[in-house]
Amino acid sequence: MTKQDKAIEQNMLKPAGLNPKVKYSIAALLLAALLGGIWWMEQTLPASSIIFTVLKKGAIYSLIAVSLNLLNGFTGLFSLGQAGFMLVGAYTYAIFTIPPESRAAVYMYYDGGIIDFALPVPVALILAGCAAGFFAFLIGLPVLRLKSDYLAIATLGFAEIIRAIIQYDKLGPITNASNLLRSFPVFRSTLFPFIVAGLCIAVICLLINSSYGRAFKAIRDDEIAAEAMGINLFVHKEMALVTSAFFAGIGGALLAMFQMMVQARAFTSAMTYEILLIVVIGGIGSITGSIIASFLFIACSEWWLRFLDEVQFIGGMQVPFLRSGFRMVVFSVIIMFVVLFYRKGIMGTKEFSIDGIYRFFRRVFGGKAGKEAAPHE
Amino acid sequence: MSESNSVLHVENITMQFGGVVAVNNLSLDVNKGEIVALIGPNGAGKTTAFNVITGVYEPTNGRVDFCGETMVQNYPKGKMAKEYKGENLGLYKNAIVKSPDKITKLGIARTFQNIRLFSELTVFENVLIAKHMRARQNIFSATFRLNHKEEQRMRREAMELLEIQNMGHLKDDIAGSLPYGIQRRLEIARALATDPKLLLLDEPAAGMNPQETQDLTDFILEIKNHYNLSVFMIEHHMDLVMQISDRIYVLDFGSLIAQGLPEEVSNNPKVIEAYLGVTDDAED
Amino acid sequence: MDSLSYYIQQLLTGISVGGQYALIAIGYTMVYGILRLINFAHGDIFMAAGFFMVYTSTTLPLYIALPLTLLLTVILGVSVERIAYKPLRTAPRMSIMISAIGVSYLLQNFATYYTGGLPRSYPTIPFISETIAFGSVTTSWITLLTPVLTLVLVIGLAALIKYTKVGMAMRAVSKDFETAQLMGIKINNVISITFVIGSFLAGVGSILFFTKYPTVLPTIGAMPGLKAFVAAVFGGIGSIPGAVLGAFIIGICENIIKAMGYTTFSDAFTFVLLILVLVVRPSGLFGEKTTEKV
Repeated sequence: MTKQDKAIEQNMLKPAGLNPKVKYSIAALLLAALLGGIWWMEQTLPASSIIFTVLKKGAIYSLIAVSLNLLNGFTGLFSLGQAGFMLVGAYTYAIFTIPPESRAAVYMYYDGGIIDFALPVPVALILAGCAAGFFAFLIGLPVLRLKSDYLAIATLGFAEIIRAIIQYDKLGPITNASNLLRSFPVFRSTLFPFIVAGLCIAVICLLINSSYGRAFKAIRDDEIAAEAMGINLFVHKEMALVTSAFFAGIGGALLAMFQMMVQARAFTSAMTYEILLIVVIGGIGSITGSIIASFLFIACSEWWLRFLDEVQFIGGMQVPFLRSGFRMVVFSVIIMFVVLFYRKGIMGTKEFSIDGIYRFFRRVFGGKAGKEAAPHE
Repeated sequence: MSESNSVLHVENITMQFGGVVAVNNLSLDVNKGEIVALIGPNGAGKTTAFNVITGVYEPTNGRVDFCGETMVQNYPKGKMAKEYKGENLGLYKNAIVKSPDKITKLGIARTFQNIRLFSELTVFENVLIAKHMRARQNIFSATFRLNHKEEQRMRREAMELLEIQNMGHLKDDIAGSLPYGIQRRLEIARALATDPKLLLLDEPAAGMNPQETQDLTDFILEIKNHYNLSVFMIEHHMDLVMQISDRIYVLDFGSLIAQGLPEEVSNNPKVIEAYLGVTDDAED
Repeated sequence: MDSLSYYIQQLLTGISVGGQYALIAIGYTMVYGILRLINFAHGDIFMAAGFFMVYTSTTLPLYIALPLTLLLTVILGVSVERIAYKPLRTAPRMSIMISAIGVSYLLQNFATYYTGGLPRSYPTIPFISETIAFGSVTTSWITLLTPVLTLVLVIGLAALIKYTKVGMAMRAVSKDFETAQLMGIKINNVISITFVIGSFLAGVGSILFFTKYPTVLPTIGAMPGLKAFVAAVFGGIGSIPGAVLGAFIIGICENIIKAMGYTTFSDAFTFVLLILVLVVRPSGLFGEKTTEKV
């Protein structure tokens, strides 16, 4: 058995590319560079610059897209309820952080509401996630036993029910019914959503690469085989659903902070569709894909394609098509192209990894040595 | 009435889909250390019997014991009470139902007639996933890497299983890209990773040439001895069946038509008739 | 106006709106039965039909605009199928549903762009929008016409499916897609016909709906679409009579809830019904249970 032991050791310890210590140092450096770059931009660029909107909203949408990808992409559960979880998270955060002195003004029609304390921001953020996770747990009880198509509609339905309940007049003292919530603590620096979203995404990555992440992928690939290998389908699906909702809830809270107000009416199924389309563009099953696609989506819709909405004149003649709303049309067409012709999305199921970048450079610049370093991928 | 030697005891299992009786009053036993084969023409109900034993289907009537304990039991209820065509009605009074994952946890592992690997995952991941069930961890300890020891243990054991099959060098290959014969062996390795006491193989030699079949035969014997297993298999390759089976059960149209030692069964006229059909003197 | 006649009025409205939902629901259930696809864009086809009528009636007389609207709706429905669904027939199910969502997104955005986002007013069709009175109950012809027209169309459709060759082909395809192809049935034609029928009915439904509620918005299709889908699920997806029955039940209950004063919950009722169905009896009233072969 010694020969086999040796083989086992060799296979397990075979370095995938770089020494782990070097990998972590590079990752840490890149991260520091990113945060440093953002900080520098905040010092030099005007605060109203569109770049910050794109960065902030991009980071928030990244988190939400990754949370949806965890559920749809990695576990194979086609859920359309993300807007509902975001809504719960946003409202939980807002309700519990409005300072007592502002409550009378916000809850105008409900005598200042029944809550008269405010929690610190980090606590409220976690509470937002927990509230969303709790609702997800309840929803999962009846719904996770359904076939995939029904799961989509059922989660969509629940999101709508949650939206209706929050706007219910009798719950006004808590939720302010159909009026908006405001005056809660918001963030100024772009670093805040980046750090919060970054931490959350890091946790999701850890989960995906753990034994439970493998179980999720098994469920996606073949449920019946997964069950035969001892994986309890219902328990694991609930785990995926609750985790996804937890992070969507935090994302919703961040969104509330970004917009500086929340209103239940805005969290429609259209919002879920946008997140879903982002995930598809980035690649179902790729976390880096979701992040890239989120930033691209936000950059296009808030910044780069803006010109499509403006009426332009060339030599006294109005350029056809260009007027308000054209941006979204172009956008939708691009999305359809991706859905029809590039179904794998930008990244497919691959991830951006430091090993990947290293191997890429070795292949391009390393000649013979580069060929050796490129394993079967 | 539990025999310490009995690993699997199937009693009066009937499986009915609506009005169609797929398995009719089947009873059989597998004892410790035995290799038992279930043979019969296509459509005889063999895989359905497997599915009842592993919890994929709830039987219409009957009971399955595993290592002396009743694992699955049912009787005709509701709509089925009127439609039930089988015997032994009223023998079983309460229902015990287990989902497949619980049955696997008790110690029964299986392979599938149409290979069900996790085709988009790697070979290593396929085997590793089967280790998830018994690991001492929860979602938090796993996510935050507090389960380091368990993770290492799972990886080491999974690697061992691959090495024994000389598949270690394939560990990072995508399961769906492998040749058919290797996929079958991977499925068996994956089933072994659940630490079973009883291994259910559904046509393990399907699609294999004689050499591969012989390798598989040797392999089944080897793992049976090495892992102290009992094996219950559905198979059509008679050389494999005759070579290593201790006992054989023959199913036709859902009913048991013969059972016994390999020599007995192969000479049984009913068995020959079921496979080849009755010779019609009016022909030619 | 005493409360009894108020309730009767609401009941009539409910039956009427139920008929409109039914016409939309049939499209959903037929497409699902054949393609196993939840056509998320179907509600937006309904919306597009509304806009077609708005724009054609500004330049053309009504007796041309009406059939032209229906024709345009059918063309739109079939085009969507050819462009967005046909290429994905062999893809995993999630892909085609995502495509449907993409189409819905595109249709809504295009409508917003084209109309400038402002709501448009639906042309009044003479005669059927006139009000009539029975005692103290006032209603319009359209309210009475809708359920009758719906039933006529449904019966016609049922006859088509039962007694014609085309109908038999449709039934075969919905039972077993691949085998039907192997038996020589021209799948593409069957699917196109399904979409023709579904879009046509959605078009008729839109004419009836917008005559009663004459505001057309790009987002107007979402709710009726979703409700019609729930009706289809309730009745048993793939079953036309089930979808129709479900639609009438939703329409009636919705209006009774409104009559009782809980307007904010009239929409939520549909979803509560959906959850109940999915929990208690996922195959719906008339659906069949299928066991998966392992």
